Amino acid sequence: MAVSKADVDYIATLARLSFNDAEKEAMTHDLNEILNYVEKLNELNTENIEPLANMGDRTNVLREDKPVPSISNQDALKNAPDFQDRFFKVPKVIG
Amino acid sequence: MEYELVVGLEVHCQLNTKTKAFCGCSTEFGAPANTNVCPVCLAMPGALPVLNKQVLESAIKLGLTTHCTIAPYSIMARKNYFYPDLPKGYQISQYEEPICSEGYIEFDLDGEKKRVRLVRIHMEEDAGKSIHDIGEETYIDANRCGVPLLEIVSYPDIRSTKEASAYLQKLRAIVRWLGISDGNMEEGSLRCDANVSVRPKGSEKFGTRTEIKNMNSFKSVENAIQYEMERQIEVLKSGGTIVQETRLWDADKFETRPMRSKEAAHDYRYFPEPDLVPIEVSDELLSLIKAELPEMPEVRATRFVSQYQIPEYDAKVITTDRLLADYYEEAAKVCGDPKATSNWIMGEVLRTLKEKAIEISAFPIEAKRLGVLISLVKQGVINGNTAKEVVFVKMLDEPTSPQDIVKRDGLAQVSDTSAIEKEIAEVLSASPTQLADYRSGKTKLFGYFVGETMKRMKGKANPQIINDILKRKLESV
Ligand SMILES: [Zn+2]
Repeated sequence: MAVSKADVDYIATLARLSFNDAEKEAMTHDLNEILNYVEKLNELNTENIEPLANMGDRTNVLREDKPVPSISNQDALKNAPDFQDRFFKVPKVIG
Repeated sequence: MEYELVVGLEVHCQLNTKTKAFCGCSTEFGAPANTNVCPVCLAMPGALPVLNKQVLESAIKLGLTTHCTIAPYSIMARKNYFYPDLPKGYQISQYEEPICSEGYIEFDLDGEKKRVRLVRIHMEEDAGKSIHDIGEETYIDANRCGVPLLEIVSYPDIRSTKEASAYLQKLRAIVRWLGISDGNMEEGSLRCDANVSVRPKGSEKFGTRTEIKNMNSFKSVENAIQYEMERQIEVLKSGGTIVQETRLWDADKFETRPMRSKEAAHDYRYFPEPDLVPIEVSDELLSLIKAELPEMPEVRATRFVSQYQIPEYDAKVITTDRLLADYYEEAAKVCGDPKATSNWIMGEVLRTLKEKAIEISAFPIEAKRLGVLISLVKQGVINGNTAKEVVFVKMLDEPTSPQDIVKRDGLAQVSDTSAIEKEIAEVLSASPTQLADYRSGKTKLFGYFVGETMKRMKGKANPQIINDILKRKLESV
C-alpha cells in the first residue's frame, strides 16, 4: 500500500494544500510510515465482524422539531477572518 | 439510425420542518442573513449534531408511500468537499445504508400507467447560499446550512421528456400530499438533476451519460433534457463520442454547456459520520408512522366516487391536492349535497384559483362559507345564478356570510307565483313575433322567454317556477 508522489499531489489538491518538492518528498515518506504503522491492524482476522459506524452502542438519538434560539449575527461573525454587513466574506468564487 | 432517450432523475426535496436537520435553528425563509445559525450549523469546533425526529419520519413516510424498503438499520455519512457555503467542509448525508431503497413511483401519462423505479431515498442537509453579484468578493449566508433535504434517486427508467416531467409532478404531488414539503420548484424546494444518455433504439446497453444541473421549473426540465438529447444524437451522428461530464442548463440561452472540469472533478471520500449514532427503525416505529399516513389520493378518489356518487373525473381532480380534497369534504358536509359541492369546486372554485393563480390554502372563501352558500341554493333561498354570479363573487372580496349578503343586498329568490305570472304575461304580450315563431315550432325560444322574465325580475326569480308557469302558458293556447 505504498503512497506515491502522485498520490500526495492528489490528496494535496483535495485538501487545498500546496507543497514544494522537498515537502512533497517528506510527505510521501511520512504517509508511507503512517500507513505501514496502521497496516498492523490487517493482522487481525475481521471476518464476520460488522463494520463499526459509531463508538457507542446507542441508536436513535433524536431531537423534537422545536426551534431553539440561534446565536446573534454578531456572534456568528465573531470568528470570521472577514465579513461585511451580515455576511461572511470570502475570496471571489467564480460562479 | 433511430435513437432512444434514457433518463434518470436525482431530486432534492426540501422538507418543511420547523428546525434544521441537526440543530434547533429555525428554517424560516427570508430571515436576515446569518441569523438562523448556531455553533452546529456554523461548524464550530466541538459542536454536536443531533438528528431531527421529523426528518427521519418524513423520510420514512415518503419511503413507505413510494413502496421502498425501509432500512431497519441505517447510518449517516460525511460527503467531503470544499466550498465556501459549506462551513464544515463536508455535507452530512447518507451513502451506504440509506434509509429507503428499491421503491417505485407510478403515474398516468396519456392514459397509460408508467412506473419509474427508485434506487434510494436518503436524508441529507443543505448548504448555505453564496452571493457572487454584490461587490468584489463572495458573500456567504449560512441560514440555509443544515436545512433538511431528501434526495430521491430514480433508475434510468424514463424514456421521454414528458415522462420526466410527469414523474416530477407526481413526486411533487406525493410530498405535498404527505405534507412533508411544499414541493415548490420555482422557489427551490424541489431541485432536479438529470442523468441523460441516448442509445440506438433496441439496444440493451446504455450510452455514456451526462449530468444536467440547474433546471428550476418543470418546463426547464423538459427543455433541458430535450436539448441534451438532440445534442448527444448530433454528436453521435457526426461520428463523435459523448464525454461523461456535468453540464449546466442555461434557460436564457436555451442550451446546456459543460461545467468547468475543475468544479466537476469530485472525490467525496464518504465515510460514516462519527458524530451521529446509527438509526434503527423498529417494526413498532414503522407501524406508528404507517398509521399516521394520510389516505392516499387514489384511495381517496375511489372513496369519493362510491361515498358521494360524484364522477370519477371530478374525484381525481379534487384529490390532486390534499387541502382541496379536505376543502371539498368539509363544504359537502356543511351543505349535505356532495354532488352540488363537487360541481362548485370543479366550476367556480377551480376557475377562481386559476384566475387568481393561488392555491386553495389562500382561497378567500373558507369551506364552511361555501357549504352555507350551496345550502342557500338547495333551500331555495337564492337561485343558482344569483349564487354564482352575485353572492360568490361578493364572498371573494369580503368575509361576510352568504346569508348576510343575501339579506343586505336583497337577493332572496322570488318564489311568489302570482308575481312571476304577472311578469311572464307582460313578457309574452311584449314579444308577439317571438311568440308566433315559438308556436310555429321554434321551441328553442323557450329560453328567450325565461331570460326576459328573469331580466324583469332582476335575476331573482325562482327559475323552476318560471319554467312551470311558462310551459303551462305556452301549451295552453
Ligand atoms: Zn444551527
